[in-house]
Amino acid sequence: MATDISTAGPTSEAPRAGRRRLPPELSILGVMIGMMLLFEVLGWIFVGQSFIMNPLRLKIMILQEAEIGIIAVGVTQVIISGGIDLSSGSLVGMTAMIAASLAQTAGFTHAIYPSLTGLNPIFPVAAGLVCGLIVGFINGWFIAFTKIPPFIATLGMMVSARGVADWYTNGQPIGNLSDSFAAIGAGWWPVIIFLGIAFVFHIALRYTRYGKFTYAIGANPLAARVSGINVERHIVLVYMLAGLLSGLSGIVHTARAISGQAGVGMGFELDAIAAAVIGGTSLSGGVGRMTGTVIGAVILGVLTSGFTFLNVDAHYQEIIKGGVIVAAVVADQYRQRRRKGA
Amino acid sequence: MATISPSTAEIVRQSGAVPGAEYLLEVANVRKAFPGVLALDDVSFRLKRGHVHALMGENGAGKSTLMKIIAGIYTPDSGSFKLKGQEIKLTSPLDALRYGIAMIHQELNLMNYMTVAENIWIRREPLNGLGFVRHDEMRKRTKALFERLDIPLDPETEVRDLSVANRQMVEIAKAVSYDSDILIMDEPTSALTDREVEHLFKIIRTLKAQDKGIVYITHKMNELFEIADEVSVFRDGRFVGEHRASDVTRDDIIRLMVGREITQMFPKETVPIGEVALSVRGLTLEGRFRDVSFDLRKGEILGFAGLVGSGRSNVAETLFGVTPATSGAVAIDGKEIAIRNPGMAMDAGMAFLTEDRKESGCFLLLDIMANMQIALLRNGHARAGFVREREIERLCQEQKLRLRVRTPDLEEPVINLSGGNQQKVLIARWLMTRPRILILDEPTRGIDVGAKAEIHKLITELAGQGVAVMMISSEMPEVLGMSDRILVMHEGRMTGIVDRKDATQVKIMELASQ
Repeated sequence: MATDISTAGPTSEAPRAGRRRLPPELSILGVMIGMMLLFEVLGWIFVGQSFIMNPLRLKIMILQEAEIGIIAVGVTQVIISGGIDLSSGSLVGMTAMIAASLAQTAGFTHAIYPSLTGLNPIFPVAAGLVCGLIVGFINGWFIAFTKIPPFIATLGMMVSARGVADWYTNGQPIGNLSDSFAAIGAGWWPVIIFLGIAFVFHIALRYTRYGKFTYAIGANPLAARVSGINVERHIVLVYMLAGLLSGLSGIVHTARAISGQAGVGMGFELDAIAAAVIGGTSLSGGVGRMTGTVIGAVILGVLTSGFTFLNVDAHYQEIIKGGVIVAAVVADQYRQRRRKGA
Repeated sequence: MATISPSTAEIVRQSGAVPGAEYLLEVANVRKAFPGVLALDDVSFRLKRGHVHALMGENGAGKSTLMKIIAGIYTPDSGSFKLKGQEIKLTSPLDALRYGIAMIHQELNLMNYMTVAENIWIRREPLNGLGFVRHDEMRKRTKALFERLDIPLDPETEVRDLSVANRQMVEIAKAVSYDSDILIMDEPTSALTDREVEHLFKIIRTLKAQDKGIVYITHKMNELFEIADEVSVFRDGRFVGEHRASDVTRDDIIRLMVGREITQMFPKETVPIGEVALSVRGLTLEGRFRDVSFDLRKGEILGFAGLVGSGRSNVAETLFGVTPATSGAVAIDGKEIAIRNPGMAMDAGMAFLTEDRKESGCFLLLDIMANMQIALLRNGHARAGFVREREIERLCQEQKLRLRVRTPDLEEPVINLSGGNQQKVLIARWLMTRPRILILDEPTRGIDVGAKAEIHKLITELAGQGVAVMMISSEMPEVLGMSDRILVMHEGRMTGIVDRKDATQVKIMELASQ
C-alpha cells in the first residue's frame, strides 16, 4: 500500500494560512465615500455650502436611485447567472401604463377602464408585478430553451415592451391616480422598498439553494448541468425575478410621479447594469454581490446629485458618468489580475 | 508586424554554432516569487542541441513556471539567461519567438474558425503588393512544412474540425515554422492515444535530427524513457537533479519527484464482488456509439479502454443522462430506468466525474466549498431553500481531510489550485452524494504522481465499500492496474470485455484498434 504518501502531508503548495479576506466591497465603498468628500470640498469652494449636510438633497438623491436600484438588484442576479437583461427599462414603461390604468380615482369619467376605477391599490400593484413576471418568463424561456444569447432575447423584448407601453394608450399619459396608490411612492417608501429587496436578494444569493445554483450556472453552465442542476428551469426563474423587480420599479415610479407615462424608464436598464458592474459584478458571470450593487447605485446617485449641486451642465455629467463606469471596471480587472499573481 | 529583432541575437543565430555553445540554452539561479508563494528558488537548467530534455515534478513543483520564464511569459525576479552562449533578456512571448524559442501550450491556442494554414501563418501571412493575403502561397508553404514533418493534414481544413491530436500537430508545425531552435512542449500527450503519441515521437525525432533542442514536460514515465535524453527533476520550486535518461530508473525518478518512496503504484485489492448494480443492454446513441452491453457489479472496477474518440466518454455521458440514449435499456439494482437528465441519474445513486476538469467539472471562479457542495444540494441539506451552512461546512472539511486537498482554507477559489487538487475537489463533490455507482472519466489525467496514487488508493477503497466503479482511462497501466474487468471500445462499438487475469497491453491494444 502507498501508505508513505499519507504521512507525507502537504508539501508542494505551501499553505498561505492566516490571511484574512477583506470583503471586496470595501474598495468600492471607499470610492463612494471619497466621491462624497470630493463633492463636499468642491461644494465649499465653488458653491459655498455643504454637500453632505443637506438632508433634502440626500433624500432626493437616494429617491432617484431607488428605482434604478430595484432593477439593479434583479439585473445583478441575472448577470451573476451569466446573462444580461436589457428589457428592464422598457418593462418599467410597460408596467407603469398597466398599473396606472388600474389605479385611477373613483368616478373619473375619462378613465381608461371606466368600470375599474377606485380599485384597491392591490390590483394595480398585482397587475404590474404579474406583467413583469410574464415578460421575465418570456425572456427566460427564449434564453433557456432556444439558446439564443441573452443579449439578443432581451434586446428584442426591450423594443417590444416599449411598443406595448406606447400602444396601450397611443402614447397618452394616464393621470388622476388614486391617493392610496400614490402612497406607495410617497416619502421614504421607494428607498425602503429598494433596501428591503436588496436585503432579501442578498440573503437569497448567499444562503439559499437558489443563490448557489445561480452562481454555479454563471460560473460554468455545463458543470452545473452535470451536477444535477436543472439549468433551464433555473434560468427561467432568474429572469422571472428580474422581470418582477422591473415591474415593481415601474409601479414605484408611477406612484411617485402620480402619472403613468409610456416613455419612463428609458435607459434605466443601462444604469442598472452600470450599478451592478461598478459594484463588482462580473459580466462573464459567477461573480458579484448585492452589497456591491447597492453601493454602485449610490455612487451613480452621488455623481448625478453632486454634479447638479455644482451646477455642472447635464451633458458634461453624462460624459463623466460614462468615464466613471469604465474606470470602475478597469480598476476591478486590474485588481483581479493582481490577485491571480500573473 | 515589424521585426525589431535584437541585433545580437541575429548575429548569434546566423553564425550558427558559436564556439563553446554546446548548450542552446543555459538558465542559472532563477528565482521567481508570486504573492505568497516562492514558485522557483535558485533553479538552473541547461538544454543541449539535438537533445530532448524532460522536466518532471509534481504539479506545483515549478516546471510550468520555469517554462513560462523561458518562453518569455513571466519575467524572473533574478537569474541569468544564456542563449547559445550569449546573455539575453526576454520581455515578452514575441521576444522569445524572435530568439527562436517556441512554446506549445497544454491548452492549445488555435483559432477554431480559421483554417490550418491561416493559424500557422497568423501575423506572418505572405502578402501581395496590395497587402492582400496570398492564400495559394500560404497553402504551398503549409504543405511543404507538413511534408517535412510528415503530418498528413489538409492546410484548408478549419481547425474546429480537427481532433485534439491533429490540433497538437498543427501547433507543433506552427512552432517549427518559426524556425525555432528551442521547442517547449507542455504535456503534449495528455490528450493523445498511443498511436498518436507514436506519431508525435516520430516528429520529435525528426526535429532532434535537425539539431533542435526540445524541452518536454510530462507526467508519464514511459514517455520519459522512450524519448528523452536528459531529465531534470523539480520539487517544491527547487531543482533536485539532472540525469541522463539512460542512467536512471522509474523508481529513482519517482523518489526524486516526491522525496519519498511510493512502493506500489496501483494498490489494487481483491474485494468481494457483489450483485449487479448497473445493467446495460444494447445502449445506443445515434452517431456516437451503438449496442453497448455490460453488467457492473458492486465492488467491481470496470475499466473502459479504447482510443480517444472511440465513444467511451459518450457512453458515460449517456448513462448519466447528459446526452440521453436513443435506444437500449439500463437497469439499476434490477430496476429498469430511463435516465433523461443528470438529476435522474443522481437520484438513482450515480455520480459522474467528467473527463474535462475545466470545461465540465470545476466552477473555477467559485471557492472550494461552493464547488464541493453543489451536487449535494440536490438532496436535502436545505430547509425552506436555506442551505444548512454548518452541516455543509463540516462535510466539506471532512472531505478535504480525507482527500488531502492542499489548501489553507475552503474559501480559496479553485482556479488557484493545482490540477491534482482541483481533481480532488471534484471527487469530493461526488463522494459527498454517497454514490453507489461511480463513473470516472480519466480520473488522473494531468495530475502528479503523488495525487495520482492517492486517487487510485481512494478508488480501491470505494470499491471495497461496495461501490460499483466504471473507470475510463487512456493510460494503459492505470486500466490494467486498477480494473477487475476491462471493456474495450473501437469506433463506437464494444469490441470485447477482458478479465483482469487475461488482460495484457497487447490484447487491449488489439481490441482497441481492430
